[in-house]
Amino acid sequence: MRKVALVGAGLTKFTKDDISLESLMLSAIKSLFEDTRNLTQKDIDVVLTSTSGNSKYLSSVISELAGLTPKISHSVESLCNSGANSAVSAFAYIASGLGDVALVVGAERFDSPGRVLEWDQSRGQYKHPIYWSSMFTKAHMRKYGTTKEDLAIVSAKNHKNATANPYAYFEKEYSVDEIMRSKNLTDEIRLLDCSLPCSGSAAVLLASEETAKKYTDCPVWITGIGQKTISAGFTKNTDLTTMKSTIHAATDAYKMSKIQASDVDVAEIHDAFTICEIIELEDLGFAKKGEGSRHVRNSYETQDRKTNPRGGLIGSGHPLGATGIAQIAEIGQQIQGKAGKRQVQSAKVGLVQNMSAAATSSTVLILQS
Amino acid sequence: MTTFENELKNGKFVCSECIKCNKLVWPPSDFCSNCFAKVRWRQVSTIATLVEFSKKDGVIFCIAEFEGAIRVMGSLETQSEEISIGQEMILTKCNYDGTERFVFQLK
Repeated sequence: MRKVALVGAGLTKFTKDDISLESLMLSAIKSLFEDTRNLTQKDIDVVLTSTSGNSKYLSSVISELAGLTPKISHSVESLCNSGANSAVSAFAYIASGLGDVALVVGAERFDSPGRVLEWDQSRGQYKHPIYWSSMFTKAHMRKYGTTKEDLAIVSAKNHKNATANPYAYFEKEYSVDEIMRSKNLTDEIRLLDCSLPCSGSAAVLLASEETAKKYTDCPVWITGIGQKTISAGFTKNTDLTTMKSTIHAATDAYKMSKIQASDVDVAEIHDAFTICEIIELEDLGFAKKGEGSRHVRNSYETQDRKTNPRGGLIGSGHPLGATGIAQIAEIGQQIQGKAGKRQVQSAKVGLVQNMSAAATSSTVLILQS
Repeated sequence: MTTFENELKNGKFVCSECIKCNKLVWPPSDFCSNCFAKVRWRQVSTIATLVEFSKKDGVIFCIAEFEGAIRVMGSLETQSEEISIGQEMILTKCNYDGTERFVFQLK
């Protein structure tokens, strides 16, 4: 299997603007071209697009609009982990030798239909994501004593981190008290416990070892990948205090990269809701089971940016198809030492965790210098 | 509408069950997820166990487990302040009006 490197990235600001998917994607691609040395359109032989929005033949449309004529092009749709999954597909094409240079671009509009999975009849009338997240939250509170203040600290930390991210939707800090007083959506969840659907795009460029040096002196290697789907229906989550698919995906990614959780310097994890970050910290092995809240509280009090330095989904906004790619772009910048005010000191090993539909599917990537 | 939706609309909660291995296939499908055999439609017990619950705008929503095998989200109608996980419930109403609706009461 050939080595695969992340060699470039481009993003748009995440907004509530009414912009077409095509225009969003082109903006991210334009930014990627401007920031990647020696990159020409004819270099790109794989184009993968990810979105849960309404689109047809999108990878070919984007290829035409960007002046690309790739050998391989198609879309990847997997709701909220569409982005990371498209990067995994690009990895596979390059690792196998079917491609050399892959453009992976994801986008979503603020009004995406991807928020609700109509197929899941087990959710009855409670199909909006706030219902499954309330079930996870209540179960974690019941078993481990997690409090609403613990949840608010996740949100406060990630909003604070997002203030150093020029692409984030949110541009201001919220105090724990403000978050506690934000509008109640359910008994457990308040408005500021939720990530926000928005318009935005992110693109990354992956390349084989032979071509990577042409584009950067600091390639970031994708050394581990884990992907796991346990179901599509939310109610197949038998233990609501854990994300089984994330545990599987992380185990495989750690094994492939020959590292363990304690080796990770910086991580972007999928905080669709505040409870998600707490559970994921536990399931990724960064905290013992039941101690995710304490881990977050410590990060907040010490201003440690190791988890979600760009502000996660809660601080940055959540344009579904773009999210996983924006997470990868952030970890790449962190490892290259180019994250500016968000920089985690001496970050050499990074992790991305992107999940979808109430953790029924998860994707984990390990990136290294 | 599917058989499942039609029956639900008539107030009857049916689930697909494999004609070969008897697995309950849920959410409903035309084939068994275990052995790909065809399914029959059979009524699910009206007794369920409370798995988890919360509240929005004064309405309790919950996860209910039927026959130790399949789980459904629905509304719980009760005046009781004492609700505990594992309690038995009865499915008192179900309907389909473009979305699936399940209503429970404590047993």
